[in-house]
Amino acid sequence: MPNHGQPPVKERTRSVEGFTVVRHNLRKVDGIPLVTGKPKFVADIDLPNTLYVKILRSPYAHARIVDINTARAEALPGVALVLTYKNTPQRRFTTAGQGYPEPSPYDTRMFDTKVRFVGDRVAAVAAETREIAEAALKVIEVKYEEIPAALSIDAALAPDAPVIHDEDDATGIYDPKHNIVADVDIDVGNVTQGFTKSDVTVETTCELQYAQHTPIEPHVVLSYLDEDDRLVLRTSTQVPFHVRRIVAYALDYPVRNIRVIKPRIGGGFGTKQEILLEDIAAIVTLRTRRPALIELTRPEEFISARTRHPMRIRVKLGAKSDGTLRAMEMEAISNTGAYGSHGLTVLSNVGSKTLPLYNKAEDVHFYGKAVYTNLPVAGAYRGYGATQGYFALETAMDALAEKLGIDPVELRRKNHIRTGETSPIFVKLGEGREGVEQVIRSCALDKCIDIGMERIDWNARHGKRIRDGSWVHGLGMSVHMQGSGIARIDMGAATIKMNEDGSFNLLIGATDLGTGSDTILGQIAAEALGVPLEKIIVYSSDTDMTPFDVGAYASSTTYVSGMAVKRAADEVKAQIIKVAAQIMGTAPDGLVLADEHVSAPSGKSTSLSEVCHYALYQADQFQIGATASFVPDESPPPFMASFAEVAVDTDTGFVKVVNYVAAVDCGTPINPKLAQGQVEGALANGIGYALTEEMLLSPHGGVRNPNLFDYKILGALDIPPIEVILVDSYEPTGPLGAKSVGEIGINAPIPTIANAIYDAVGVRLRHTPFTPERVLAAIRDKDRL
Amino acid sequence: MKVAFTVNGERVEADVNGRTRLLDLLRDRLFLTGAKEGCGEGECGACTVLIDGRATNSCLVLAPQIDGRDVLTVEGIAPDGGMHPIQRAFVEKGAVQCGFCTPGFIMSTYALLQENPNPTDEDIKTALEGNLCRCTGYAKILEAVHYAAALLRGDVK
Repeated sequence: MPNHGQPPVKERTRSVEGFTVVRHNLRKVDGIPLVTGKPKFVADIDLPNTLYVKILRSPYAHARIVDINTARAEALPGVALVLTYKNTPQRRFTTAGQGYPEPSPYDTRMFDTKVRFVGDRVAAVAAETREIAEAALKVIEVKYEEIPAALSIDAALAPDAPVIHDEDDATGIYDPKHNIVADVDIDVGNVTQGFTKSDVTVETTCELQYAQHTPIEPHVVLSYLDEDDRLVLRTSTQVPFHVRRIVAYALDYPVRNIRVIKPRIGGGFGTKQEILLEDIAAIVTLRTRRPALIELTRPEEFISARTRHPMRIRVKLGAKSDGTLRAMEMEAISNTGAYGSHGLTVLSNVGSKTLPLYNKAEDVHFYGKAVYTNLPVAGAYRGYGATQGYFALETAMDALAEKLGIDPVELRRKNHIRTGETSPIFVKLGEGREGVEQVIRSCALDKCIDIGMERIDWNARHGKRIRDGSWVHGLGMSVHMQGSGIARIDMGAATIKMNEDGSFNLLIGATDLGTGSDTILGQIAAEALGVPLEKIIVYSSDTDMTPFDVGAYASSTTYVSGMAVKRAADEVKAQIIKVAAQIMGTAPDGLVLADEHVSAPSGKSTSLSEVCHYALYQADQFQIGATASFVPDESPPPFMASFAEVAVDTDTGFVKVVNYVAAVDCGTPINPKLAQGQVEGALANGIGYALTEEMLLSPHGGVRNPNLFDYKILGALDIPPIEVILVDSYEPTGPLGAKSVGEIGINAPIPTIANAIYDAVGVRLRHTPFTPERVLAAIRDKDRL
Repeated sequence: MKVAFTVNGERVEADVNGRTRLLDLLRDRLFLTGAKEGCGEGECGACTVLIDGRATNSCLVLAPQIDGRDVLTVEGIAPDGGMHPIQRAFVEKGAVQCGFCTPGFIMSTYALLQENPNPTDEDIKTALEGNLCRCTGYAKILEAVHYAAALLRGDVK
């Protein structure tokens, strides 16, 4: 497709050799303390006099709180404070840790007079021990007035549906009277005409379940007043700066008096892009002047933390008989649960991160709604809507290929976006608002497809239905893109300063949630400064000590924060060269910084240690250092080709993934082993999401399986062989050629496995997860026809 | 009631009530915070320690049950200031992402390699069945256990 007036982009090839730190599989900078069990996590430190906080939760899906009597709880020995709507700020805010102004509605109070899902906050108790806090919860008397609940998307959209947010002080809700949080509708061309002009069309509707992130460390926060009486929140968060801003707003307390520290955190995957506990901890500490610890239990995590948005998505595709896509229509109805956290933006991403992949279609229509229900609250979850969208899009592509009589791989090849091309969707649809124009500057998807096909042995094994007793084997594939940060919204900043031994402090707001970002940002700095990684002292995510960063979400850290680090390092490098020139009495031109030395063409050289001593103690003294920021103009997508072989037991409906191959283009992998680990982990999570993970809801809206026994995430025995291949490209707008890699992998397993099941047994699964019951029912339905 | 036992080779005595879990005793009283609480129900394995050489979920053990027994935690396997070969293998092979589950995996691996210095993939998966990791997808953990086994056998240095 022509690239709409953008300057042509040359395919850039650059040697990946020549890096000394980047592209090396260096050990994580936080690895040794983690394996030796050092107290790195929120709850690993003990403060004297700590209060333990427990939260009372609603047993009803929808009810008004007529009254709460806390007298008996307050009278219990050891109870320090009981919080309810009666003694807390009543300002509405959003728990979504997003940039300001947040595109999520302000529909949440610290404690409200209405509860909207089973598990909603009712009260909190701070006490000397956990046991006392729990005992106190039991004697809080709450008078509820139950009201009818909307326990499904359809119930919430029904004409006589109860209004879930009937309060008059909520803002940012699209149509509160009809339970509609957000509405998106964008058009490119005329999709109706596009379908008329198509030789072949297919249409499919998919449903996706309630699923949860389940980081092994549940949400936890420890708050205390420091020796200057400033409030410190040591919290397991992906968004320390958003936590500071949102807590300040919710409590009407000055930002300047709050310090948020993120130590190591035990996984996030999106659920920690959310302010779930910090507001309560803050108020307990401010009122009692004592440290407060809130740790969610695993059942509470399931009941009250966030989930992926369950969705119903309809896709219609039209193509010419040669396989060229002509028109695409996608309709998404998203269930945000009782609060609208990330409702609009996740909905937008269902289309914005999927439809540009097939830029050959001239007519495109994407529309949808995010709907309140009286069910668990959805939020950010790795993949962020793209994961849901790809189930519909990539299974529809498979069906289209069959109808056209074209190999599914060839159909993708014919239609996917390539280097130098663009898609009108990039402009039309951003994250909760219009997007930005962008041309693809790096795309190795063709090569990813080649490698994946070869590794899975596509040509020999696809369409063969190889039998082994009651088991039938099948192959499926899908292709994907994501983004790298949110263009013209996300910002990262980095500070670098130099020390006498030629080491550097790297201070970053970027938030390592286990992803290894401290390490790869250190590698970017080390590469630019000509030092080994050991000479970079990385300190991240402390709102007092590090510059701003939006945090770890939207696959932004490597690209956005990485560019900030690169810029800061380049500025520091320029200062170093200038000082070295002064020391050596030469002109700065032609000086080279490498191997911890600055060398002149004459052969003269000076060490970084000498440079720093000179700058700090000898002449024209100053601190060598710089702070730099970066806001991206674009969000270059990583790409991925995903292939799987499954075996389906036609007797039981059990699906076993036999082999999984994924080839990923993330630009320059700054640390290939860590990048590979990101994809392996995302695939494992995605395979669980495809096959086993489902939050089961009772008829009253409660979670029936709030534990890791009944909510099955994959263990070591369940994991198939997974091969992840990193395919090089060079992203000219990224740090040293890098793009993102964190999210893309989770998009693949559902469509890849669904397509493989079809290849094996000829049934198209429309509802995740693909449990034996669903698969067997589909096989039986088909046999009846 | 009083319990007396050894932790990481040192004899300790503690006054506990009958409901105190070993996990709380280790974390809150002995400040051994390597063992983590991920579920409190014996499903995730983040709290795994060795009791008399057997990998055990310390969230499911009550303090009185360990009277007279020998407990080993992730803090107790390395020489001073260094790393045990299993710890080294986990770091070097990229088996650590967030690291929250890692001490549990390391202790389960320790128990496995004590009994079986030359495990197969299946042996490893079975031994680690009780430990959940949400970050890695287990591939690099498997690799790390094989590497640790090789280090301990002296096959590699």
